[in-house]
Amino acid sequence: MKVSEQWLRELVDPSLTIETIAEKLTFAGVELDGIAAVCSDFSKVVVGQITAVEQHPDADRLKVCHVDVGGSESLQIVTNVASVASGQKVPVAMVGAQLPKADGSIFKIKKSRLRGVLSQGMFCGAETLGIDETSDTDLLPIPENAVPGADVRDVLLLNDSVLDLDITPNRADCLSMIGIAREVGVLTETDVTELIQTPVEAVHEDTLDVDIIATEACKRYAGRVIHGVNSQATTPDWMVRKLQRAGLRSLSAIVDITNFVLLELGQPLHAFDMHTLEGELQVRMAREGEQLQLLDGNTVALQTDSLVVADANGAQALAGIMGGLPTAVTDETESIFLESAYFTPESIAGKARSYGLHTDSSHRFERGVSPDLQVRAIERATQLILDICGGKPGKVTDLLCDAQLLVRRPIHLREQRISRLLGLEIPVSKVESILLRLGCEVSRIDAGWEVTPPVFRFDMVREVDLIEELARIHGYDKIPATLRKMTPRVVQPSETNLKLEVLHNVLTSRGYQEVINYSFVDEKTEKQLAPDVQPVKLANPISTELAVMRTTLWPGLLKNIVYNVKRQQSRVRVFETGLTFVKTAAGELVQRKKISGAITGAVVDPQWALPSTDVDFYDIKGDVEALLSEAVGNVFEFEAATHPGLHPGQSARICFGGEVIGWVGALHPRLEKDFELGQGVYLFELDVEPVSQQKLPAYTKISTYPATQRDLALLVEKNISYADIERVIKKSEIVQLVDYYLFDSYSGEGIPDGYKSLALSLIFQDVSRTLEETEITTGTNTLVTMLEQQTGAVLRN
Amino acid sequence: MQELEQLVADAQQKIAQAGSLSDLDHVRVEYLGKKGLITAQLKQLGKLPAGERREAGQTINQAKQTINTDIEARKRLLETEALNTRLESERVDVTLPGRRIGSGGLHPVTRTIQRIESIFVQLGFDVAEGPEIEDDFHNFTALNIPEHHPARAMHDTFYFDDGTLLRTHTSPVQVRVMEQQPPPVRVIAPGRVYRCDSDLTHTPMFHQVEGLMVDTDVSFADLKGILDAFFKAFFEVDELPTRFRNSFFPFTEPSAETDIQCVHCEGDGCKVCSQTGWLEVMGCGMVHPNVLTMAGIDAEKYTGFAFGFGVERLAMLRYGIDDLRIFFDNDLRFLKQFS
Repeated sequence: MKVSEQWLRELVDPSLTIETIAEKLTFAGVELDGIAAVCSDFSKVVVGQITAVEQHPDADRLKVCHVDVGGSESLQIVTNVASVASGQKVPVAMVGAQLPKADGSIFKIKKSRLRGVLSQGMFCGAETLGIDETSDTDLLPIPENAVPGADVRDVLLLNDSVLDLDITPNRADCLSMIGIAREVGVLTETDVTELIQTPVEAVHEDTLDVDIIATEACKRYAGRVIHGVNSQATTPDWMVRKLQRAGLRSLSAIVDITNFVLLELGQPLHAFDMHTLEGELQVRMAREGEQLQLLDGNTVALQTDSLVVADANGAQALAGIMGGLPTAVTDETESIFLESAYFTPESIAGKARSYGLHTDSSHRFERGVSPDLQVRAIERATQLILDICGGKPGKVTDLLCDAQLLVRRPIHLREQRISRLLGLEIPVSKVESILLRLGCEVSRIDAGWEVTPPVFRFDMVREVDLIEELARIHGYDKIPATLRKMTPRVVQPSETNLKLEVLHNVLTSRGYQEVINYSFVDEKTEKQLAPDVQPVKLANPISTELAVMRTTLWPGLLKNIVYNVKRQQSRVRVFETGLTFVKTAAGELVQRKKISGAITGAVVDPQWALPSTDVDFYDIKGDVEALLSEAVGNVFEFEAATHPGLHPGQSARICFGGEVIGWVGALHPRLEKDFELGQGVYLFELDVEPVSQQKLPAYTKISTYPATQRDLALLVEKNISYADIERVIKKSEIVQLVDYYLFDSYSGEGIPDGYKSLALSLIFQDVSRTLEETEITTGTNTLVTMLEQQTGAVLRN
Repeated sequence: MQELEQLVADAQQKIAQAGSLSDLDHVRVEYLGKKGLITAQLKQLGKLPAGERREAGQTINQAKQTINTDIEARKRLLETEALNTRLESERVDVTLPGRRIGSGGLHPVTRTIQRIESIFVQLGFDVAEGPEIEDDFHNFTALNIPEHHPARAMHDTFYFDDGTLLRTHTSPVQVRVMEQQPPPVRVIAPGRVYRCDSDLTHTPMFHQVEGLMVDTDVSFADLKGILDAFFKAFFEVDELPTRFRNSFFPFTEPSAETDIQCVHCEGDGCKVCSQTGWLEVMGCGMVHPNVLTMAGIDAEKYTGFAFGFGVERLAMLRYGIDDLRIFFDNDLRFLKQFS
């Protein structure tokens, strides 16, 4: 809300600078967004009256004006403003005037010659003087009664600044000048000028019948008929100025007056053209199929949950939001019906937004307009209309549907509760004086008070609300900062739960850089990588690139790879942890945390001591195995399997306890092309939960007897996987075979087509004795036989 | 005897000439081996008259000893030379770079969250998490923001067709914690939050940390104390002034905005703090009794405070980052600065 200092000081005038007042407001919850002078810091600009206008002898677009600036001699000023006319009053920057520009530099007016003609000053428009006004004229308008030579600052009351205040939704009472003045009065302990409006006497008996049907939504409705208004009257300068400084444009006298009262008192008013209304008015909910052309010219189909003001012809206004065009006041209007109502916040909240509207009126009604303002506002508006537009007022009709509306229930405030909640004792006298200044009725009862808040403070309902008032008026800065004593507590740290940080460390130490991507992605990319999963769609996405929730982290990682490769970072290793979102067939939404990585480019950064090779499947698999190795004691299996996003010959699913918990593989070459990547990309994704659990280490005795190694070279068919061989070894139950490892995998020269050679080392050991040579040979032979039977593997000669 | 002396002299010459350990070994075998020349002399002893044997034996043994000592000395010399040669040949340029796998690093947001967590853990807080697709109840209603409340307009919410939404703040986690755990509660909840807003200073996703403490005697003074301690610890500044201004959040009463003195200009006024000397960094307040009640906690018996703040904001202040959107470009040249 924009608040003019001059206007504010008319209502409350503490002897403090505006900056101090703004700071007090800010600390009390009415936050200052900005403070700005209404014009730049210019000097020597005065009122001038043009006495003669001549064409410049040598320039078609220039005029030579003679200007009376109050001195004995008139000035000659050359201007390019086409509209200048003799008799016109204009702002004149005199020779020596300083006009600051928006960029901070200063424009100095000097005596000069324009195409050979002497010019002794310059005419000023609003922009030149740094005045933020939308004006239709080239030059800043000067009132008719201004005296030539008078300082423009004084004439236009430009020694003013405007506070831009951020009013929180709970403080509807501050959405008016009297509201802000009241708040300043409380904070500075200054009296506020009371705006007394004596009721305007009726001079005729005409009224308009109003029937409130929606009594839950419209609890009070005041109206008045005014005949014989001059709707073409000119809005006085003082009102235009106040409206402008509040950020409103002057439109027409009657509209300006209703806006002025809204700003001054906070009561939205609406004026109907009386002659366009048929029959009595009804305040009711909109009917099915009803339409209304609004003041902004748009026709809306009314929703049946919208409150409307209707006549015999149907809805004529969206109550509390915007009036209708057909019944609006025009230049021809002679009789008006003024509406000043109380619509409940519940009935207006969210409605304007549902029509894509937000008006000064809806903004106030949905936060709460004081229910005691309606008649006062209509009287104030009537007086202004009579003063400006003339007219004959009828009597005010005031329908109050709910007698309780103006009654506030007292709140019990406990003295002890104040200090308990705030950690600060506020003296009893202080408590009482703050509450009284806020307009509460206060009566002392046992160990506390009965406090009745003023009717305009919707937000004061509970005891805590009163305590907040005490805290903010007394000052948050008076509350001490105490570091609580803590009772020591012993947390039993789980040794089997791995922190995510451990997994992060595994990857960062292997060269991975963590990234954070948006959780919503492009549906097309999502479909390319996970065509079988239906992603959850946002109803109101910010763009099509961010329209569906990710079901895998790969779209983001691929985007990161493309982004960085394009920026000459050919070796990229990135990982991310975060939720993925999948709706199951049963409709249940599963939000599962994943850890995913992607690599491309060289295995290591270029360096002299290591060969330069590009990453392949076994690089990323090694990284995955390093992650899995953190989950000590758990058994994970890699199975060749196809995934729509991965190369069918280089992809594996990772299983744990019979469940697929992840994937690893090369990006499908087709997608590599789609993403315009000229290099191979390898990806993995794992559920975090299974890899974050490990078994508690359990000690087994170390054998003190020597281990013996036997190497085997096996010839196996190509389609036999290493996992097939491993499975046989694991199931062999040769107790003294304590370990084994693969030390070579080879195919090519010396190996028959369709076969490969796998070379294994077997380690035999016993815990209680040194093994005999024959035992080792028997063990080895047993295993070879099993391998031959189950996989067709034979020993190479 | 003349013969023996000559033998020793020959051996000594050969020893001195032996250029390698194997040459030296040949000399040893030639003289001292089983069939060696000195060994042969010893074998000849038996042929001497009994009276001469003893003296001759001593002489031969002495010769053997002499040769042996010389061989050992020569051996040590050769070994030392060999080692020196090896050491010289194995000399490397220690200034060449070592083999590097290169390590990556954490995203600055994660790094900042870890720092925040470490401070609050010292203050006795646990760390909780919650879902990111939330229901209306936990994101709004349970936080005292009923339908159509104007405060909802403060949150530009992403919705799904079924009425669920992307959480607009981490505050729903405080509700979920209170639903599951009876007081006392001390918890922080870091995580992703979403607002339907994107421009120079807003990204549709960012991170917040929510904090909650509920006990029988928690006061606003405690809130000020904890936050004061946190900011000092986070910025590693012993004297970092904080100030609290009244504000409005539906789920706290009284509510406050927390400012810290600008960490760049120490309050003198600069571009970062828009010349005010202060930085708005956090919203907080005493948990509204309606929120406690809805979570099943007796609002008469217990009081609590809650706070929430943006992680990127703190990361920007701490590391001097002036562009919010760069966090989510994931440009390695940016990310590597935090490794």
